[in-house]
Amino acid sequence: MMPMDRREPLDRIKSRRDSALAALVSGVPYLTWLGIRFDRRGDELTAILPYDEKLIGNPMLPAIHGGVTAAFLETTAIIELAWAAMWEDMESGRTVPDAAVAAGPPRLPKTIDFTVDYLRSGLPRDAYARARVVRSGRRYASVQVEAWQDNRARLMAQATGHFLMPQG
Amino acid sequence: MSETDQTRIAQQFIEAIPHARALGMRVDALGKGSATISMPWAEHLVGDPRSGVVHGGVVSALMDTSCGAAVMSHPSGPSSTATIDLRIDYMRSATKGQRITAKAECYHLTRTVAFVRAVALDEDEANPVAAATGAFTVER
Repeated sequence: MMPMDRREPLDRIKSRRDSALAALVSGVPYLTWLGIRFDRRGDELTAILPYDEKLIGNPMLPAIHGGVTAAFLETTAIIELAWAAMWEDMESGRTVPDAAVAAGPPRLPKTIDFTVDYLRSGLPRDAYARARVVRSGRRYASVQVEAWQDNRARLMAQATGHFLMPQG
Repeated sequence: MSETDQTRIAQQFIEAIPHARALGMRVDALGKGSATISMPWAEHLVGDPRSGVVHGGVVSALMDTSCGAAVMSHPSGPSSTATIDLRIDYMRSATKGQRITAKAECYHLTRTVAFVRAVALDEDEANPVAAATGAFTVER
């Protein structure tokens, strides 16, 4: 195993991490279709769902579709789980990042169940979400997710879900 | 109003919802507190590129729409509804290329809350893809 190199140039570290994240996200067509992006600060991810007319579920209010909110939260949970596993492999030197990118789409966790708690109706604005891996075992993982819009303290929705981790 | 008239009106209602239209949803049947809505498989909805299976979020959107339609079709005539909570159990992956159909039933309704359950099926109707249970608001 390759130990961390304290003298490795910062731009090289950043570009390695950013390209690993980009490979993970761009591998999922549905994410591209919804327009979901991920902002990275160290290992912390924030999912961003830019507003688009096709996300509307109630044209009268208007409000974002409950299914979109659920999809946004579920996606954030899945990417967070996959990213956490990738990060460990990458930082410990178990995988050479370029090889990981070339290996094709990463194996993603599968959703077992997902429960969304709708707290406020989604406004026709950008939405943000962060996931927290509550417990991640060899087989199963439990993840909690929060989504908000203008105000971090006023959640639009929260969710909790269980996932089957990819094997091998 | 005949059942087909009601289904046609429901289809117009669905088509007025941008996200339902974007996913290509179709109202197959509408009863008294029940709704069947389906949508086609599409490349851009894939969640796992290794298998070509649609993302769970797509199933959520279909489940949520069919549950909402089931509430709206209840004979007590709610004027609108919103999801309070929705739980989805994913039993298996939907088969690549096959249409997904959600059947929702509003099994209990109070003055303010509707309780709904739904199943999602692909062409193998004996083995459900997913099941959902949810609580919805009832606006009078």
